[in-house]
Amino acid sequence: MSQQAKAPPVAPAHATPWAVEMVDIHKRFGAVRANHGATLRVRSGTIHALVGENGAGKSTLMSILYGFYEADSGTLRVNGQPVRIRNAQDAIALGLGMVHQHFMLVDTMTALDNVMLGAESSAWLHKAIPAARQRLQDLMQATGLHVALDTPVGDLPVGDRQRVEILKALFRGAKTLILDEPTAVLTPQEMAQLFEVLRRLRAQGSTVILITHKLKEVMALCDHVTVMRAGTVVHETPVADTRVDALAQAMVGRAVHLMAPGMALADKAGEVRLAAQDLHLTDAWGVPRLKGVGLQLRAGEIVGVAGVSGNGQSELLDVLSGLTAPQSGRLGLNGQTFEPSAWLNPTQARQLGLAHVPEDRHARALVMGFEAWESAALGYEAWPENATAWGWMHRRAMQTHTADLMERFDVRPRDPLLVSAKFSGGNQQKLVLARELGRAPTVLLIGQPTRGVDIGAIEFIHGQLRRLRDAGCAVLLMSSELDEILALADRVVVMCQGAVTGELPVAECTETRLGVLMAGGPLT
Amino acid sequence: MDEVLLGSLLGSTLRVATPLLLCALAGLLSERSGVVDIGLEGKMLSAAFAAAAAGAATGSLGWALLAGLGVALVLSWVHGVACVSHSGDQVVSGVALNIIAAGLTAVLGAAWFRQGGQTPALADSVRLTPLWPDAVAALQGVPWLGALLGQGLLGHNALVYVALALVPAVWWVLWRTRFGLRLRAVGENPAMVEAAGVSVTRMRYAALSLNGLLCGLAGCYLVLAQSASFVPNMTAGRGFMALAALIFGKWHPVGALWACLLFGFLDAVAIRLQGVVLPVVGEVPVQWVQALPYILTVVLLAGFIGKAVAPKALGIPYVKERT
Amino acid sequence: MNHPHLLPRWADLVVLPLINLAVALLAAGAVVALVGQNPTEVLQALVHGAVGTPRNLSYTLYYATSFVFTGLAVAVAFHGGLFNIGGEGQAVLGGLGAGLVALWWSAHLPAWLMLPLMVGAAALAGMAWATVPAYLQAYRGSHIVITTIMFNFLASTLLVYLLVNWLKAPGSMSVESAPFADSAKLPGVHHMLAWLGVEWPSSPLNASVLLAVAAAVGVHLFLWRTRAGYRLRAVGASETAAQYAGIHAKRQVLLAMAVSGALAGLVGVNEIAGVAGRLMLDFVAGAGFTGIAVALMGRNHPLGIVLASLLFGALFQGGAEVAFEVQGFTRDMVVTLQGFIVLFSGAMSYVLAPVLARLLVRLLPEGARYG
Repeated sequence: MSQQAKAPPVAPAHATPWAVEMVDIHKRFGAVRANHGATLRVRSGTIHALVGENGAGKSTLMSILYGFYEADSGTLRVNGQPVRIRNAQDAIALGLGMVHQHFMLVDTMTALDNVMLGAESSAWLHKAIPAARQRLQDLMQATGLHVALDTPVGDLPVGDRQRVEILKALFRGAKTLILDEPTAVLTPQEMAQLFEVLRRLRAQGSTVILITHKLKEVMALCDHVTVMRAGTVVHETPVADTRVDALAQAMVGRAVHLMAPGMALADKAGEVRLAAQDLHLTDAWGVPRLKGVGLQLRAGEIVGVAGVSGNGQSELLDVLSGLTAPQSGRLGLNGQTFEPSAWLNPTQARQLGLAHVPEDRHARALVMGFEAWESAALGYEAWPENATAWGWMHRRAMQTHTADLMERFDVRPRDPLLVSAKFSGGNQQKLVLARELGRAPTVLLIGQPTRGVDIGAIEFIHGQLRRLRDAGCAVLLMSSELDEILALADRVVVMCQGAVTGELPVAECTETRLGVLMAGGPLT
Repeated sequence: MDEVLLGSLLGSTLRVATPLLLCALAGLLSERSGVVDIGLEGKMLSAAFAAAAAGAATGSLGWALLAGLGVALVLSWVHGVACVSHSGDQVVSGVALNIIAAGLTAVLGAAWFRQGGQTPALADSVRLTPLWPDAVAALQGVPWLGALLGQGLLGHNALVYVALALVPAVWWVLWRTRFGLRLRAVGENPAMVEAAGVSVTRMRYAALSLNGLLCGLAGCYLVLAQSASFVPNMTAGRGFMALAALIFGKWHPVGALWACLLFGFLDAVAIRLQGVVLPVVGEVPVQWVQALPYILTVVLLAGFIGKAVAPKALGIPYVKERT
Repeated sequence: MNHPHLLPRWADLVVLPLINLAVALLAAGAVVALVGQNPTEVLQALVHGAVGTPRNLSYTLYYATSFVFTGLAVAVAFHGGLFNIGGEGQAVLGGLGAGLVALWWSAHLPAWLMLPLMVGAAALAGMAWATVPAYLQAYRGSHIVITTIMFNFLASTLLVYLLVNWLKAPGSMSVESAPFADSAKLPGVHHMLAWLGVEWPSSPLNASVLLAVAAAVGVHLFLWRTRAGYRLRAVGASETAAQYAGIHAKRQVLLAMAVSGALAGLVGVNEIAGVAGRLMLDFVAGAGFTGIAVALMGRNHPLGIVLASLLFGALFQGGAEVAFEVQGFTRDMVVTLQGFIVLFSGAMSYVLAPVLARLLVRLLPEGARYG
């Protein structure tokens, strides 16, 4: 493996203005059409944004470009030449470099080692290291990307670690850089520095493709923007010719179902069941995830939390359900107050009548190896109907009860003894709902209720949520499907960058307004 | 203190430490690449048997060495097939290999040599003899340093010096070559290495191959330098002591060297302390000294004397995410 | 090591172990042939030696008793997500615990008090020996596999130390303690059967076989019928789901190892109270490691473990008999087979299970797969 990372032979620049062309790409994963006739053209020497919601297909498209997958059909061209990219090495040889969202670094090794690994110029490090150091220093000079080369990467701040990733790509001669959600982990200062670096790279003739959902950054930095939705490209424009809300509208789409007529609107909502104030949460890497979030849930209403995934909604649900304690803030739940020093825990939450349907079915909501009746007791195994005070479980009763729940919530097959992993996604979700809704909670926190669920089950689940609301429960619904929120919620709270940017009664929600709130801007 | 005593202590220490050191270095290479190696004991035992059997059958030192190295190498590859190619549990595989080795060596030994599992004693021509046999006698007259140098340092067979030389050699391979850089990275973040275009599987098999060769050397030492024949279960837990030394040495060759020397020293002292009455403590039970390496390892692992940070990906089978 | 999603229950619990056993037997048979013996002759002698006479059968059951204890120990730990290799050391401590209370009090207490005390002491001692590594794993991140291996060595060293320096019967040449008073000895099964008027040859088989059965039933009930067992299995199966449910993972680690250690400690009851009647060296004789093989073969299920223990007991006893009958055969062949079983049931299980799953898909109609 002694190939040097030289710049690959490239067709002369005047031959084509396009650095990368992806034409009519189709890619299926089983029944899911991840890319459906997507076409992307990126000019050399520009910064090009690729935006879209989760599941829009942008990550898949870039994975195809970088060789992680091969498209089912379509053409790829790099600098005008048709190419076949079967793996990352092919991509690297063509001058493509990718900076992943989750860094691929060895924390105990220095930045120099990390950049060099796999592209060392010699089998003997006493020769390879000085050569790499020289090249890196030249690169750092040229691009303005400065990093301490001899510190273990694990000790560097996040912004610097990202620079190491970028240097890794440039070291291998990348002329086109793909960055996947680069600002997700950066502070505002680091972000500004990154933008400077990218502008400098552009000035030197490199091309940058930026995968992002942060429209403000797109406006601030990029030359062109391509919007993807549902696996295909829906909009393509120079940034100068567009505005944030137009992009938001394109991202969110026009298939918005406002509340179906005839649905019973909630009567004036009742007492406050859950009140959160000024929640601040910083994650293990020091990145702030919740910035002073507050909200109230009243009996008999569904509050929808909208926003593009990754803006703090998941963390909010974790904090409200007791899985994580915030750094500061207060929580009032059915009469009891909690402070960060003695925060709510999941057991207490359940005792206070709070039910939680987590986003991640597989890792949290169910134990895949347990039979259905056992999963149906998860979190409630100490409750009197499930076990005596001494701990003896009422197995027969639990199985009967589960069969009952399966009947009520239409879980198929109706087999309490079937292992949880064997149910389809939709039925697993219904099982979780059966467990949480089946005990008539006073507060329900529910995240992504219909992710990975088939159409029939979606209707059923929505009906259950409405029924619960009508019976007086306070429901907090978090979903990245705006349609779902608009169909179910009475009030919509929008989050962006860890803060609540706005709150509207559902009747006042329009695509434009929501788009602006989701992009972070205040409503004018 | 009596220089003769010091010299003989030093000599004992080095002799006891040698097989431990070879195994510890073997384990180091494997674990640095992310593969747990509980099977050091079994590989050493199997190699010892193979060397003894081949030596007895052919009367040749060369064949004995080859047999020992070969058998341990094959067992390392079996471990690789189970754990690297098929994501099997690494600890279970190691335990299995130990049990198989213990049983198989006894069975084959009894069947082939009919001495209750023991192999016939090897003649001196087959064994490893001190490299400089005259050194000890020659240095006897020298005051002060005579015993230290003679008995302590120069009176050993080639494998002792090979083992000591392997310490800087392994260090050099791991920290001064491209291969070593990649191997260490595989033990920390295999996904990163795979994304950089280096095959994790190939690196791990390379590490396991070196591991097999070193375990083989350790086993050969036992029958070619230490005893003269194979006795069932002759390794007596040395493989686990080597594992303890590796961890105690924080997965670094020099650390492992000091740890093995320490364990060797404790062993040498234990033998000499039997029956000796020390001031204050009285007669030190030999079991306390025997237990010391294990207690020290636990204390280290509990984080009471510094942290022993294992390679991050140690024990986690690497499964390629994207095809 | 379990594949609950891959195979239907019955295939996972019965068919897969049989296939693993078959492959291991093939490998062992090859070795037998390699050393110039006749595999079928060996097999016949083995079967006769294991169950051919009441005396042989009793010995088989006596060995199986210890294996049930260590197998259950390994299985309980596995269900909690941990690999307990320390069964050997925990069994030594169990024997020590039982032996020490016997030495101190057997002369003063009647059997109906003494024996339960010994059982309790054995369990507690084993539990304590397992809890230290468990605590270090849960609260200080020390790798439990390595600490339990270290503790195995420390246990045998401790036993030697105590026997040589404190407990050796005065005037005796062998390294053993003084014999216990009669109140500290469990009745042998041949005695118990004699009370019922049945004649049975004498053997080491003793009342602890009943304890083993009770332990198997108890573990089954604990794991699948109690809240504590539910929580233990939840943590072992999915720590994130357990966290969601409000279950404390660290506490469950401690509990799993405590129960595991207690079970392994009961080997001391079988060997010290049931057979030896005194403390001696090496009474565990590898039962801790056999327990690993038993648990793997038995798919970590009490019923499977009992069956696997019977199998291994048969192999041990049969192996000893074959060593008498067949020239050149030693018990080490059984050890080798045991190693093959651990290899195929444990480390190589990923190789065989998918093959079996694919075979089943082809052979069976839809419905049966969800059994």
